[in-house]
Amino acid sequence: MQEQAAIHVFESEHEATSTGLPNVKLAMWLFLASDVLLFGALITSYVVYRGRSVVGPYPNDVFDIPFTSVSSFVLLASSLTMVLALASVQRGDLPRMRLWLLATALLGLAFVGGQVYEFTTFYEEGLTLTTNVFGTTFYVLTGFHGTHVAIGILMLLSLFSLSFGGRITQRNSMTVEIVGLYWHFVDIVWIVIFTVVYLIPTGP
Amino acid sequence: MASVSVPTTGGRAGGLLRRPTATTGFWSWVTTVDHKKIGILYGVTAFAFFIVGGTEALLIRLQLAQPDQALLSPSVYNEIFTMHGITMVFLVVMPLSAAFINYLIPLMIGARDVAFPRLNALSYWLFLFAGIFIYSSWFLGGAPNGGWFGYAPNAVLDPTRGMTFYAIGLLMAGVASTVSAINIAVTILNMRAPGMTLFRMPVFAWMSLVVQFLLAFSLPIITVALFQLLFDKRFGTHFFDSVAGADPVLWQHLFWLFGHPEVYILILPAMGIVSEILPTFARKPLFGYQFVVFSGIAIGFIGFGVWVHHMYAVGLGPIANTAFGISTIIIAVPTGVKIFNWLGTMWKGDLTFPTPMLFAIGFVAMFVIGGLSGVTHSVVPADYQQTDTYYIVAHFHYVLFGGAIFGLFGGMYYWWPKVFGRKLNEGLGKVHFWLMLIGFNLTFGPMHVLGLQGMPRRIQTYPEELGLTFWNLVSTVGAFMIALAVLLFLINVAMTQRKPKAMDADPWDARTLEWLTTSPPPEHNFDEIPTVHALDEAWHRKYVETAPGRVVPVPAGGSGADEAASAGHGVHLPAPSYYPVVASLGVLLLGYGVVFSWWLAGVGAVVMLAGLYAWALEPSVE
Amino acid sequence: MRTRTRLILGLAALAASAAACAPNAQQDSLNPQGPYADKIYDLFVPVFWIAVGVFVVVEGLLLFIALRYRRRKGRAAEIPPQIHGNNRLEIGWTILPALILAGVAVPTVTTIFDLAREPQGDVLEVNVLAHQWWWEFDYPQEGVNTANELHIPTGRPVYLTLCAVGLGYEDQPTPSVCQPGPPDGAIPAAIGDGVIHSFWVPELAGTQDVVPGQANTLTLQADAPGRYSGQCKEFCGLSHAYMKFAVVAHTPEDYDAWLRGQQADAVMPESGSLAATGMDVFLGQCIACHAVQGLEDANGNPVVANGGPNLTHFASRECFAGCWLQNDDPEELAAWLDNPAAVKQGSWMPDYGLTPDEIDAVVAYLKGLT
Repeated sequence: MQEQAAIHVFESEHEATSTGLPNVKLAMWLFLASDVLLFGALITSYVVYRGRSVVGPYPNDVFDIPFTSVSSFVLLASSLTMVLALASVQRGDLPRMRLWLLATALLGLAFVGGQVYEFTTFYEEGLTLTTNVFGTTFYVLTGFHGTHVAIGILMLLSLFSLSFGGRITQRNSMTVEIVGLYWHFVDIVWIVIFTVVYLIPTGP
Repeated sequence: MASVSVPTTGGRAGGLLRRPTATTGFWSWVTTVDHKKIGILYGVTAFAFFIVGGTEALLIRLQLAQPDQALLSPSVYNEIFTMHGITMVFLVVMPLSAAFINYLIPLMIGARDVAFPRLNALSYWLFLFAGIFIYSSWFLGGAPNGGWFGYAPNAVLDPTRGMTFYAIGLLMAGVASTVSAINIAVTILNMRAPGMTLFRMPVFAWMSLVVQFLLAFSLPIITVALFQLLFDKRFGTHFFDSVAGADPVLWQHLFWLFGHPEVYILILPAMGIVSEILPTFARKPLFGYQFVVFSGIAIGFIGFGVWVHHMYAVGLGPIANTAFGISTIIIAVPTGVKIFNWLGTMWKGDLTFPTPMLFAIGFVAMFVIGGLSGVTHSVVPADYQQTDTYYIVAHFHYVLFGGAIFGLFGGMYYWWPKVFGRKLNEGLGKVHFWLMLIGFNLTFGPMHVLGLQGMPRRIQTYPEELGLTFWNLVSTVGAFMIALAVLLFLINVAMTQRKPKAMDADPWDARTLEWLTTSPPPEHNFDEIPTVHALDEAWHRKYVETAPGRVVPVPAGGSGADEAASAGHGVHLPAPSYYPVVASLGVLLLGYGVVFSWWLAGVGAVVMLAGLYAWALEPSVE
Repeated sequence: MRTRTRLILGLAALAASAAACAPNAQQDSLNPQGPYADKIYDLFVPVFWIAVGVFVVVEGLLLFIALRYRRRKGRAAEIPPQIHGNNRLEIGWTILPALILAGVAVPTVTTIFDLAREPQGDVLEVNVLAHQWWWEFDYPQEGVNTANELHIPTGRPVYLTLCAVGLGYEDQPTPSVCQPGPPDGAIPAAIGDGVIHSFWVPELAGTQDVVPGQANTLTLQADAPGRYSGQCKEFCGLSHAYMKFAVVAHTPEDYDAWLRGQQADAVMPESGSLAATGMDVFLGQCIACHAVQGLEDANGNPVVANGGPNLTHFASRECFAGCWLQNDDPEELAAWLDNPAAVKQGSWMPDYGLTPDEIDAVVAYLKGLT
């Protein structure tokens, strides 16, 4: 009896904690706080080097703001579908959860696809990782972000497939919530990148 | 325990995902997720690196003992001093601190393990493999040779592979520490025993908490810098390329934005250890507990605002230098507060001086010197003379060796009985302390003079005419005394571990929860998680207050260690796992792959991902 | 414990007193020889003594407490009063150090700005170019270019512009304001990697780093004639330890004489002499990098710098190869010419495989370049 209870103490996703926040959720928040500094350093490097490229192409030569706006909107929409996925699993509606999880992953993939298309175009226009400081800082910043998105998509698809084995249920919906936190974070970072890199007008 | 909470199919998952079962022997250590075993692994590994880093130091001192020597050529010398720095910072002091944090935090806060035991194991294996990776560079094209601080453009333009190994190795170690930081922070915040509010936590736990936040916020910055360095070397990007319009100084900003919080990461755990030892051997509580805690927090915060003091001579201009000169001067204040509170702890105490106490007092004495030379650095124009000379080398060795290492040795002597069930030999311990104290001061004291009188850092040799010979020779003699002292410690350990385990729960009459359980503790730490009613809970169970400030022992029968040798009925512990090692191995292969072959990198990535997936999906219980 | 304590204190005092009189220290920041070094010294010394005072008080307290409150043998071990703290003390020992530090901060800030200010009046302007692993000194207004020794007049502020020279990532020379370059906009040639160095002559001034792509400045001034030793302080690669230089201060009259001597063309060797043979060898190999003013190559073009030190008045200097070797020591010269990288690891100067006879001839030629 006691043994069963003890097992549940460990396995329950609602074990008692000193702060009241479950361990995994607190861990995800701390990780995201740490990730803020990662992107902070990358964005700072970009900003500090803005306008310092000695040769082109320069941002205004390659950026297609309308296109990037659309892909940004796609990523934003994926945050909405993520919220819907979480709401579904929290009320026990697993089929809906799967639908919205898949939608989120697909929208994420569309975003990544848009990035790939964009970078290929830039590459053809002569902007590579090593062309100039703009290429260096731009690709590394957006590349780190894209990698974060890709990892997020992997997690979403994992949740999706695990749910078929009965491993994602209303009882452990916090797992979905935590992946959602990560996904929203990645989206917010993109808002910042899009604003700072694409929208804020710069010189050459 | 599944960190992603995925319900199991009742513990019958067979095949690949079966959990390991060894509880003793080699494999039990490889698959352990027990914080105590992991702490011991950290400690032993870090100490092994200490011997290696110390040997590198002896080589440096031999080369510099006389002018115009060529015992070590410039290329070898540059590798040795670089590896000495990398080893001592990343492979010795940080993991030694991690050893104490891992072993003690759950015990001190009344928990059975950390929040994420497998993640804890991952941190250890990643650290070990990072160390192996960096050291393997000696055989694979040259060790890092650009200084532990790896300034661009020199680090980028160096034609050997050394600085590539540096970047990747430190990235690995950085992931290990970041993951550990999150783990320990969650543990301290979330898993305290009932009644243990934050202000009833031992100071060591508080300092550890601050350190985890420092790690979590500073490591990402150096991660970015290391990627930038790696990309510049490996892919020809232009992060530090002045010809392309970039700024080599960006590296310095990013490095020191990490580097300065890093030095507080290196010192705060040792300060926490000293804050536990002094009250025990003064038989009084820590003086000004809240002030010691708050000063630690203040140091953590302000520590993010002083980084340019490593760059006063870079040419950022008088305004920047002034701003950071002032912030650096300010950080001396909370540091001083700690020193005074330690003195206050000893004041009017009933002082005895077993070896742990000697090292704790030694810490205070040596740290004061290092702190004062630090204050002289904050006087910016004076730093124009001091920077990049042996005066700086003197400063940081006083705080990191005289400070951190002395504190960590104190901790070893103090907690050895708890961890291993035996006390280290007192006589040998005292000789170790005095020999090390004298040797240490002989080694680094003269460096103050050498620096002010013209000896720059990182030079393979110096000409006779500079008049630096005498103190360099003295310094070398001192270094060998330190080596002898360390040897004595190793002999002490060997002798001690042969003795049978026969130790009380509380041999020092101490104050914190770990002394309530057996020595060594059972795997489940406590038979019953203690309920905490006050700061220094263990002390209050032994002594009761009869008048303000006056205590007498609790009458017999009521107390002391409430452990019985029971077998931990009904406590279920997290099962061991293969996957932390597997995932870490994947990362190691990935690292070699980035240097040598993209196929290998691919294999490494696959192994790592497979390890992580298996980890997420393996059953929680057998 | 008492005797041990005394022993340690005694050793410390001995060390401290010995330190104050280390002989021969040539790069001694505690021996300022000019107003800019004086300013730093005058700030450091009082702060140092304050630090010593704090040391004495705090360590003294520590020792006193350890001795006074140690458990005496034979006395019952009583648990001492469990004092938790004292708020007034806490405030006190927060505010007092803060006040002392504020006191230190004020002159610190004024000195920072003082040292950063561009000097006024009769200022000598010199460009300092840091190479791997030697120092080039260029006097743009006087038309003089030299290496390893910075000659200055006493009593005048010398305003240095510091530039790092070398090759960057794609073997492109790093641009520097110290080398404006020819009208076609090409960047002058460079040899070696463009890395960060640091210019330090402690008896005359504090350091300033030399960063590729940046033009830092530093002012120094010598009060008295003399030779002041300096060295690169920022780790800059293999031969970082071998990148020294000297600042030679002359009286104003002597400085003018030096200047005139440097502005003159190179001394031509007597025809038929060993030195003349050396000049032929020189014209065959060395002019690839080294400048000699007044010399013409086979096509009648002047021999200008192409990455190496200017050798026009080589024999007028005392040191070469990063001020590590002596110009008037024929053996050192010969060893260097024979295999530079063996003398200074990583040296970018090639080994031209000169025969011993050729080396002797070149040495004779160089010794004639007064």
